[in-house]
Amino acid sequence: MSTRYARTVAVAAIGLLVLSGCGGVGGDDQPTEGEAVTLTTLGFGVDDEIASVRVDLANEAIAPSTVKIGGNAFDAQQFLSAVASGTAPDLIFIDRQLLGTYAARGTIEPLDSCVEKEQINLDQYRDPALEEVTLDGKLYGLPEFYNNRVMMINDDAVASAGLTADDLDPSDRDGLAAATTKLTKRNGADLARIGFDPKIPEFLPMWAKANGVDMISADGKTANLDDPKLVAVLEYAVGMIDAQGGWGSFKAFRDSFDFFGEKNQFATDQLAAFPMEDWYLNVLGEVSPDLKLTVKPFTDQNGDPIDWVTGSAWAVPAGGKNKDLACQWIKTMSDADSWIAAAEARAEKREAEGLAFTGVYTGNEVADEKIFGEIVDLSDTPVYEDAVNGVLEAQESAFSMPASPAGSEFKAAWEGAVNRVLSGQQSPADAMAQAQQEAQTALDNAAAGN
Amino acid sequence: MSTATRQRKRRPRGKNQRRETLAAFAFLSPWIIGFLVLTAGPMIISLVLSFTNYDGLQETRGVGWDNYEKLLSDPKVRKSLSNTLIYAVMIVPSTMIVSLALASMLSRIGRRSAGVFRTLFYLPEVTPKVAIGVLFLLLFNGQVGMVNWALGLVGIDGPQWSTDEAWVKPGLVLMNLWSVGGTVVIYLAALNNVPRDLYEAADLDGVSRWQRFRHVTVPMISGALFFTLIIQTISALQTFDEAYAAFYGSAASASYSSEAALFYLIYLFQQAFQFLHMGYASAMAWLLFVIIMIITAIQVKVSKRFVYYEGGDR
Repeated sequence: MSTRYARTVAVAAIGLLVLSGCGGVGGDDQPTEGEAVTLTTLGFGVDDEIASVRVDLANEAIAPSTVKIGGNAFDAQQFLSAVASGTAPDLIFIDRQLLGTYAARGTIEPLDSCVEKEQINLDQYRDPALEEVTLDGKLYGLPEFYNNRVMMINDDAVASAGLTADDLDPSDRDGLAAATTKLTKRNGADLARIGFDPKIPEFLPMWAKANGVDMISADGKTANLDDPKLVAVLEYAVGMIDAQGGWGSFKAFRDSFDFFGEKNQFATDQLAAFPMEDWYLNVLGEVSPDLKLTVKPFTDQNGDPIDWVTGSAWAVPAGGKNKDLACQWIKTMSDADSWIAAAEARAEKREAEGLAFTGVYTGNEVADEKIFGEIVDLSDTPVYEDAVNGVLEAQESAFSMPASPAGSEFKAAWEGAVNRVLSGQQSPADAMAQAQQEAQTALDNAAAGN
Repeated sequence: MSTATRQRKRRPRGKNQRRETLAAFAFLSPWIIGFLVLTAGPMIISLVLSFTNYDGLQETRGVGWDNYEKLLSDPKVRKSLSNTLIYAVMIVPSTMIVSLALASMLSRIGRRSAGVFRTLFYLPEVTPKVAIGVLFLLLFNGQVGMVNWALGLVGIDGPQWSTDEAWVKPGLVLMNLWSVGGTVVIYLAALNNVPRDLYEAADLDGVSRWQRFRHVTVPMISGALFFTLIIQTISALQTFDEAYAAFYGSAASASYSSEAALFYLIYLFQQAFQFLHMGYASAMAWLLFVIIMIITAIQVKVSKRFVYYEGGDR
């Protein structure tokens, strides 16, 4: 190689290195006492007053520092890229079911020292929510929302079939199946009304619990997906869909619902009943205030209420550079006073709009007591008052899926199994056996650090 | 010519040539740097990662050939690969046939109208693939979708496109035929380049329209056909966006995902960014690369018998 060529290559290489160096890997300067910094978040959006009021309060708690809110749903690709490039966000807002996956890999900072330093009162949080963010005895997140699953029943549809809400009783499997058949309406070959939507695969953990099965062990490391009682309840739930015309037409009809609009499936008599998350009451309260609705807890075979809860959590990435401030910020975001202030703002807004405020279900028990004891006033809308009481009753029997080091794969395994059954590819027993093998392999690999 | 004379002539030419070569490299350097930094570099790194347990989060260690051995025993790799190959077998000829038919029609109409139609056909090409995925669910809904409604008008009871395993891939193929504009434009250019005198000679020989098409048009545009065959095949083997948007794009859709739509790149993406097995995903990427190379090599080999290059030696 001639000298000139060598020089050219060297200059080009240096140029590339300089360009690469400008690529944006931030410095790891720690802020000094009193220095204002801007924290970054991932997975959270300030979409409404429930978020904005709490963000304002949390920003006050870390003033003069502040928080830059980035994006909406948690994006794993974005998070991994940031971590790999040494620019991890200071805070992430993540589905509690997925938190264990990241915690097991050391990406999330345990919050035990944060809790101690900031004297965070963990008693204020609901136990099932804390269980979801605790892995191997360490706390990795502070819970936010608390999504309860309850039975929602369209009273008009039920009455039109000569039934009552009591006839839709999950503890009476034969009775529920018979009521479903009665409530199902057809228009020729097409479905005109779904009698009962069991909401599988996504609500399978609730059906499992109703049949006395925990799909994963308390330490989150052993799958229990091939339990015969789980196979039996899956068979039952799929049987209900088959009785209503089969998965293809069932899902096609369900996909046509105007779920968030005035012509929603209840308002248009397209659905008689389903188990659903509590937030949907807010939607119905807004778009169908005159709906006749019964909300009651889902029950196990003994008739005891059960309520599968999920939600999101705030966590601090291990690679974050402002962990103390991040801890202060999430303390305020999930604190009872912040939730109460946010609920008051929502109630005022709803009142100004002439709409009912059906409450905010949080992972903070202290906040909920105040919100539903003093702020929520549904005396003008007794249907929604009863509905909210139904959710509150269910909350007393809540359970959650424990944190798992392979949360994503575990979920993908059982959801995939149910989908294979629904599409007729596999029998429930075969599908769950495959899911068990897939899930346990993933859990074992995660435990081994692979 | 004597050796001395040759050397005298070569020296200045060699100098010029070197200067021209340097200039060429200078002009090419943006692409070369981009290729090295954005393509070759990541490819080499992914090859290295494919022999590790890299997850982007924990300490990385070598695992030898483990990831590749696991590929061979992973039933979802087989499933996603077979889904992808079946899809490729369906979409590539469909795209080529529909594009050629549209291009043939366009080549027969007036130049001004052709411009308008060419634009119209090309418009869907600029539609985001994600939007096409969402549209798929709306148009192909088994009960209220427009496709089944149209089929109903002619007495056909349409299938459950988005839930019936047997109909998911045909549905996606039909949906993707919407955006054949790019291929149409390539074929149209090729058709316009076919010498008119060949058609006149064929007419004088009294050939039928089909014979004219089969023995004049197809050979003369075989270069373009071959080019699109390669591009469409690679694109089909890398299909991701529409199926991901329709069946895996949100938590809700992922819960109801159909395994018939589990294409290879979707499974690769899941392994990398959902399950954090980036080493394994890298091995998957290299397997796909090898498959694409083999298929392309076969296509190139076979093409030597069927593709006519004007002025070429084939």
